Amino acid sequence: MNTPVLEAKHLGITFGGLKAVDDFNITINEGELVGLIGPNGAGKTTVFNLLTGVYQPTEGAFFLNGNKMNGKKMHEVVRAGIARTFQNIRLFKTMTVLENVKIAFEMDFKYKLAHAFFRLPKYWKDEKEIEEKAMDLLKIFNLESKADYIANNLPYGQQRKLEIARALATGMKLLLLDEPAAGMNPTETAELLSCINVIRERFGIAILLIEHDMSLVMKICERIVVIDYGVTIAKGLPKEIAENPKVIAAYLGADDDLEDEEDTKEGA
Amino acid sequence: MKKSSIKSSLINLVVLIIVFGILIVLCEFDILSNYIRGILMVCCISIIMACSQNITVGYLGQIALGGAGFMGIGAYTAAIITKAMASANILVGEGVPDTLRFLIAILAGGILAAIFGVLVGIPALRLRGDYLAIITLGFGEIIRVVIQNLKFLGGKGFSEGSAGQALVGINRISNLYVVFWVMVICVALMYTFIRSKYGRAIIAIRNDDIAASASGLNITFYKVLAFTVSSFFAGVAGGIFAHYIGSLSAGSFGWLKSTEYVIMVVFGGMGSLTGSVIAAIVLTALPEALREFSDYRMLAYSVALIIVMIYRPTGLLGTYEVSVTRLINKILGKKEPSLHAIKAEVEASGTKEEEVVK
Ligand SMILES: Nc1ncnc2c1ncn2[C@@H]1O[C@H](COP(=O)(O)OP(=O)(O)O)[C@@H](O)[C@H]1O
Ligand SMILES: [Mg+2]
Repeated sequence: MNTPVLEAKHLGITFGGLKAVDDFNITINEGELVGLIGPNGAGKTTVFNLLTGVYQPTEGAFFLNGNKMNGKKMHEVVRAGIARTFQNIRLFKTMTVLENVKIAFEMDFKYKLAHAFFRLPKYWKDEKEIEEKAMDLLKIFNLESKADYIANNLPYGQQRKLEIARALATGMKLLLLDEPAAGMNPTETAELLSCINVIRERFGIAILLIEHDMSLVMKICERIVVIDYGVTIAKGLPKEIAENPKVIAAYLGADDDLEDEEDTKEGA
Repeated sequence: MKKSSIKSSLINLVVLIIVFGILIVLCEFDILSNYIRGILMVCCISIIMACSQNITVGYLGQIALGGAGFMGIGAYTAAIITKAMASANILVGEGVPDTLRFLIAILAGGILAAIFGVLVGIPALRLRGDYLAIITLGFGEIIRVVIQNLKFLGGKGFSEGSAGQALVGINRISNLYVVFWVMVICVALMYTFIRSKYGRAIIAIRNDDIAASASGLNITFYKVLAFTVSSFFAGVAGGIFAHYIGSLSAGSFGWLKSTEYVIMVVFGGMGSLTGSVIAAIVLTALPEALREFSDYRMLAYSVALIIVMIYRPTGLLGTYEVSVTRLINKILGKKEPSLHAIKAEVEASGTKEEEVVK
């Protein structure tokens, strides 16, 4: 049997007494699209932070293609093959769209300091090749005409897409998307969905998706993990999740303060 | 290689040769007094220093205040080397130009400063914001005090407890023509550095260090690299200074000097090398031009700074680079290739304290 792309075993982290994530287990195989859902504050983003080396887990371990990732720094995890986007978009705001993507091709740049200082042929070759690769990625997201725009000047939906393009540029095996459709209008969401389909076909990568919009998750995910208060309350196929009483309770419970949630989201 | 890039390099070269030609004419026909030539020399040194500080303070966005300390390392290293060469009769005498010794010495000064840049940068760059400012300021002062006490640099030794003499008798072999081209090369190298993957990474880290890590950048490496490159050029500037001034006292490399250069960076625009060049010239020449008003000149200097900060909070040029090619295109009425790249002066997000990553 193939080793799974991602395997997390009993992953957990405690912040000063608060167990933000407890005994989190997940297995993702090549090409799979798995959803991670749960009410606001459930610990979804914290799971991503654990899986990308932002935080070190206080319990458990996780493996990428069978290699243990604990203790690695963020850039080491990324280089190993886990890339992500952020719930609150984090672009290089003052840089151009093209530059944003080129930066994430870090691993593909082979030229050294001397090549850069003296603009030796290798510098020109690498810059040209990677510029082409970056443009190819931008094409997938219909951003090629915006390549020279300053990232901050893009409309919101395109900023989200650019962030995904940048993550793809790292050449990852597993892509973590943190609420990619948040704040998007229905047209933008639809576009995003088709983009996700294209990158799945094109790159055959595995995706772990956090999403607040239940209907969206039900539509595209092959499997779903639900967490609440840091604890996994359900796992399974979308159909099973939709009927799971625990999940319904968690979401109904959260419904009461849906308005607060929206507030915090705005403020975030 | 891109055609447009070759073209603009050629245009820049032509402009520089014209400037250099004017300089030669002015000097050879004794139109410029020695005093003015001295100011031009100091301008060249300030330009290298301001650009080098712009790499850390502007592009990387880390307030490092130890620049003068590294300049001091470069100055003393270069001075010791030419002195040793003179006494050991290496590369001196008939037929060997002084410039050869000068170039070797300033290169060595830059290299030693860069080595210290690595040593200081690795621990210091773990900190940010005010903390980094304070620690680099502290390192700068340590360098100054150590130099002040080292016996072979004119000090009395550490046990004496009082500062020693200046290091004197340095060959004054900084030639304005040579220094002009050294300055041009330094600025050009810093420019190519910033316009490479290294510079891009450094600017990305200033924008958002978490996103930079998430894009696979080793931010510690790039921070230390920026600091090291900046220290190298500060060392070169120091080497030139030593051979212009002829005697060195550690006191001239204190924190006040460091802040002077940081002011140039802020004045010209954090993240604009051409801005630093302009600011270095203006802020070096201005106090001299106002010399006859003696006491009031520092007042005028401060007022100029305050006016710029009120009306151009991002500095004279912000992150914009002056380009001769662009100017020519404008005059000829040609369209610019990428109109969209008009840099919105996006507030470079200030000091970010520890935050929850969402
Ligand atoms: N660095 C941190 N320090 C303290 N508490 C944290 C930290 N990061 C996250 N938390 C807490 O962990 C819980 C889960 O947060 P988060 O993962 O952002 O939720 P979600 O993404 O599911 O909405 C929250 O209660 C949050 O306050
Ligand atoms: Mg979240």
